[in-house]
Amino acid sequence: MNEFMEQKVALTWQQPKRSYDVVIVGGGGHGLATAYYLATRHGITNVAVLERKYIGGGNSGRNTTIIRSNYGIPEAVRFYQHSVELYAQLEAETDRWIMHKQKGLLWMAHTEAGLRAERARAAVNTAFGAKTEFVTPQQVKEIAPQIDLTGGGEWPVLGASYHHEGATARHDRVVWAYAEGAMQRGVHVHQRIAVTGLLKDGDKVTGVQTDAGPIAAKVVVSAVGGHVTTLGAMAGLRLPIRTHPLQAYVTNHYAHNFDTIAASTALLFYISQTARGEMLIGAEIDRQPSYSYRSGHHLLQSCSHRAITLFPFLRDLRVLRQWTGVCDMSPDYSPIMGKTGVDGFYITTGWGTWGFKAIPAGGEQMAALIATGATPELIAPFALDRFAKDRTLADRGSAGTH
Amino acid sequence: MSLQINCPNCGSRPVEEFLYGEIPVVPDSITDPDARDLDRAFMRSNTEGPQTERWFHLFGCRRWLTLRRDTRTDEIIADM
Repeated sequence: MNEFMEQKVALTWQQPKRSYDVVIVGGGGHGLATAYYLATRHGITNVAVLERKYIGGGNSGRNTTIIRSNYGIPEAVRFYQHSVELYAQLEAETDRWIMHKQKGLLWMAHTEAGLRAERARAAVNTAFGAKTEFVTPQQVKEIAPQIDLTGGGEWPVLGASYHHEGATARHDRVVWAYAEGAMQRGVHVHQRIAVTGLLKDGDKVTGVQTDAGPIAAKVVVSAVGGHVTTLGAMAGLRLPIRTHPLQAYVTNHYAHNFDTIAASTALLFYISQTARGEMLIGAEIDRQPSYSYRSGHHLLQSCSHRAITLFPFLRDLRVLRQWTGVCDMSPDYSPIMGKTGVDGFYITTGWGTWGFKAIPAGGEQMAALIATGATPELIAPFALDRFAKDRTLADRGSAGTH
Repeated sequence: MSLQINCPNCGSRPVEEFLYGEIPVVPDSITDPDARDLDRAFMRSNTEGPQTERWFHLFGCRRWLTLRRDTRTDEIIADM
């Protein structure tokens, strides 16, 4: 670790204790935010976060850092809107610069059906507290002057929903802000400790088995990304999760401002500009389930083709980096949070391609659940038992990746 | 290079030409008929390792094939 890192990241290393009140498996945004809110909101600091690699090295470091709440169903709009608001005040709360920037987000409609969908989105957003309005092609051009409204003659922009509070933040700074805030209050964050099994007393989960020995816990929380099926199976659970890779990439520096976030669900891409000036482009998930981090040329080719249809200036840029994350896709494209039916084992998963924006609210609500033992009203609809109860929260159209 | 799938009719072709087809497996340990229905509808084995799967050659011969793939590495272990 160099001098810069020592100054900037006040992470400390401790020996793992043999028991904690709460053990959180997975040192990504959701796990660390849960620990942070346990410490700050509920005074519960006898907490360990176990990360098998390094914090923020999984999907928290492999997303496209978009923060938004323009979802299509009331439960989701409420939840993500709360997250958007927590993000907006996170710098003040943690005294850490997460490079949060409100940019607005355009979601294009290219067909009559698309127009209906975006009008409906604006209406349901407005009704449940998110600031989204329907805008005309002329307004789209004012917000994103680089756009070709004819869509190369094939994908004309007929209108869009404009989500005012769409924002981005620096992914690893978010992770570090939560990690530091939690550790300052006494939470242990253990890196390079892999969970290999669960300790059980009958059906009850009483701790975790790790490659550094057993650790007892009153509550075990799975905040795992990508490998939740394996961890769930250790608790005796079958989960409605399929793990798919999602790829994204950045171009070299674009010498002009691109002030907004633009997305087209019909063309299956979204684009924003990073603080370094690179154009960040993301696309749809790979169709086959996989745990592989392998990126492919096919995605670059097909996604660039679609992105250039709306934004011809991208033609002149070059691809710099490409990466892949593995996304836990739920059947209804909504997250799964809360109790599992197994005593002492809570879960936060199903974060598919929408996990980064939900880090603050997901962590805060999971912390409230752990502290009180009662599921908060905001996340009650997202419980695992919704599938058995036929209360699924179908919102595929808002994932932006399908 | 992206994943290549060996089609018995068309030879080695890129994965983008194919549709993935899952073989749903409800564990024998689930015996209650309602629980089996629930599992069949929503739950996934989501295997981390080698699994047998079906692929449909959508932009090719439009026939199904079977193969074994390791989901950790995307390596195709065996054509079947």
